[in-house]
Amino acid sequence: MKRIQIPIALAVVLLLAVSPYFVPAAPAATMGPVTDSLGVVKINRGQPIQIAYWLVVAGPDASLGIDSRRGIELAIEDKKTVAGFRVRLIGEDSGCNAEGGVTAATKLAANRALVAAIGSSCSSEAVPGAPILWKAGVVTVSPSNTAPRLTAANRGKDYDGYMRTAHNDLVQGRVAAEFARRSLKVSRAATVHDGSPYAEGLAGAFADNFKKLGGTVTSTEAIAPTDTDMRPVLTKIAAGRPELIYYPIFIAAGGFITRQAKEVAGLSGVKLMSADGTFSPDFRKASGDSVVGVYNTSPDLSPQAMGGGYPTFLNKHKKKYGENPISAFHPHAYDAAMILFRAIERVGKKDSAGNLYIGRKALRDALFATRNYRGLTGTINCNQFGDCADPKIAVYQHVTADPAKWNAGVDPKKIYP
Amino acid sequence: MDVNATALPRPQWWRRVSIVDLYLWFFRLAVLVVVVWGTVGTLRAGQYSGEVWLDFVIFGFSQGAIYALIALGYTMVYGILRMINFAHGEIFMSGAYTGYFFADALDRAGFFDRHPIISLLIVLCISMGVSTGIALLLERIAYRPLRRAPRLVPLISAIGASFFLQYTFRGLYGSGFRAYPEAEILKGEWIIAGAGILRTQAVVIVASILLMLALYMFVMRTKTGTAMRAVSEDLEVAALMGINVDRIIVITFAIGAAAAGAAGILYAVVFKQVHFFMGFIPGLKAFTAAVLGGIGNIPGAMVGGMFLGIFESVGPILFLDGLGIVAPYQLKDVIAFTMLVMVLIFRPSGILGERLAQKKA
Repeated sequence: MKRIQIPIALAVVLLLAVSPYFVPAAPAATMGPVTDSLGVVKINRGQPIQIAYWLVVAGPDASLGIDSRRGIELAIEDKKTVAGFRVRLIGEDSGCNAEGGVTAATKLAANRALVAAIGSSCSSEAVPGAPILWKAGVVTVSPSNTAPRLTAANRGKDYDGYMRTAHNDLVQGRVAAEFARRSLKVSRAATVHDGSPYAEGLAGAFADNFKKLGGTVTSTEAIAPTDTDMRPVLTKIAAGRPELIYYPIFIAAGGFITRQAKEVAGLSGVKLMSADGTFSPDFRKASGDSVVGVYNTSPDLSPQAMGGGYPTFLNKHKKKYGENPISAFHPHAYDAAMILFRAIERVGKKDSAGNLYIGRKALRDALFATRNYRGLTGTINCNQFGDCADPKIAVYQHVTADPAKWNAGVDPKKIYP
Repeated sequence: MDVNATALPRPQWWRRVSIVDLYLWFFRLAVLVVVVWGTVGTLRAGQYSGEVWLDFVIFGFSQGAIYALIALGYTMVYGILRMINFAHGEIFMSGAYTGYFFADALDRAGFFDRHPIISLLIVLCISMGVSTGIALLLERIAYRPLRRAPRLVPLISAIGASFFLQYTFRGLYGSGFRAYPEAEILKGEWIIAGAGILRTQAVVIVASILLMLALYMFVMRTKTGTAMRAVSEDLEVAALMGINVDRIIVITFAIGAAAAGAAGILYAVVFKQVHFFMGFIPGLKAFTAAVLGGIGNIPGAMVGGMFLGIFESVGPILFLDGLGIVAPYQLKDVIAFTMLVMVLIFRPSGILGERLAQKKA
């Protein structure tokens, strides 16, 4: 009796471990007037079209996901109906780590009535999560993933259903390096990443461009996102005497580094620069007074860079939520929702009873064929690998340390270009 | 009467060695080689001056002091009940988190800046009080009914209590983090004997040492302390001697929790961020520290905490940098736990050895 327990236990463990990959695959189907190789979603007349978000809406980085979700909600309000149907937004928290991404994607993939997803927030979630969604035929548009590998030419067929309206970090790294070399005129820089695809990709892009422009990277350090004591790492960095530290990480760890950099001997005159992962009033809460003077690279949200509808969007946002946007990707989320709705209207077919049928592969193809769409973030042109953004990156500097005074462009002030 | 006297003669040493022994020896050798090679490499490169090493050691002490305070709770409860109180990390978190609300209120009233020392003492007392309260509730609800149960049952109960506390705090206060107010008096550093030490770290180290001394004196010199040591040696005989075992257990939990509550405030003073999940990793590291120093042994917990702090702080740069590994601090947890394994391989009872009666070990 006991001997059989071990193989049974092993079998159960193995099954649990591989279960996320056994999502219901999307078989070819014909429903109503639509035939599609990846399946068809039927929405009965009078029912809403279900869209899901998988964003980080809880935890220290909640401002990133909540900001994107608000962009989607405002898009749904503005659009009112898609092909005559209401839109219902459901969603999952994805936690800004790989496990959260897998959990959220698995839950959403099991929902056969889901038409499409918008997410994720962090690239670490999308790397395992997007293939899970695509296996079930659910296409996903990300408003804030920026890791280069998600839209690289060699990304693989698992990511065929993934695209994004956020910029690619190869652009952000280049702008950060240009700013550091040309405006700040520093020649020695150190980078700190946290092991996530986003941070590693961006720190790498910055280092490559910085070296190409003639600078020296004194050290490339890494911490864990849950680390609290950064002083040993900062002391090690100080030994290389850099003039700038670029730490493109998230809010919790970024806050610790900002606070503790001032306390480490040897780093008193060093400039600190972070990226769009910490572009939030929560970063000021985490860093306290030491955030004054810190630079942030982030999407350019100034009126000249954004599309025409942005000031109206800001007014609506302020009226509905009572505050300025709390992160940088709300317009990208708005645009993601809008191009999704346009694609649904393009491929959705109705039968004589008024039910709507959407082919999954057709939806994906229509999304990837989006060209010359004038959105809030500029002109959206999707290439074959899912990069749709019209990237414009700016550098901001924090003027005060008060989270309540957050107003992107004014405080933190946009200083480049 | 030795029944083995008429048994077979002892086989040669090469027949007594098993494959496990060989593996252990190989592992010890491999880690030693890595450590020595790395250290030699770093010291020869000479990239870091003496002050920098001193800085690392001080960081290690201050982090280690916090681990030591939390480890005291683990080690005392294990000594008495032979049970690992996995919810101890959450007791640490609850003190710090509740203290945050009072610190924030004091800050908004302006009292925090005007009288920082009194404010900190008030917040410290509140934190210790809340931690003690929660620990006593835990003891009464989650552990006392299971006193006669097999050993694994209270363990599962402790893990369940840990989750319960984490998510209660998440439900009550949200999943975001809260920023502690900063005291002006604690910004900056003091120069002692030519070396700069941050004021917050100095406060943490001094406060921890004082608390640990107080606890040690209590356990060694007072009647209640003697009763605690008696109960930890043999619970049933201590009961026969007239000691009220229930009361002693409650006192043990209370003292361990008070130490953890104090550690919570010291942690908040240094890191200035509290979060519902903040107790998990320090709790794990403190448990490691307690095992490292010899579980059940109070000076062992203190020594283990200090050692762990220093391994984490100095280890990556001493060992891994010399081996040419990029970004060594990403591996600091690997180093800390590898050192734990090494110490346990060489000395299974921990650095200062387990002080338990033989039959309970």
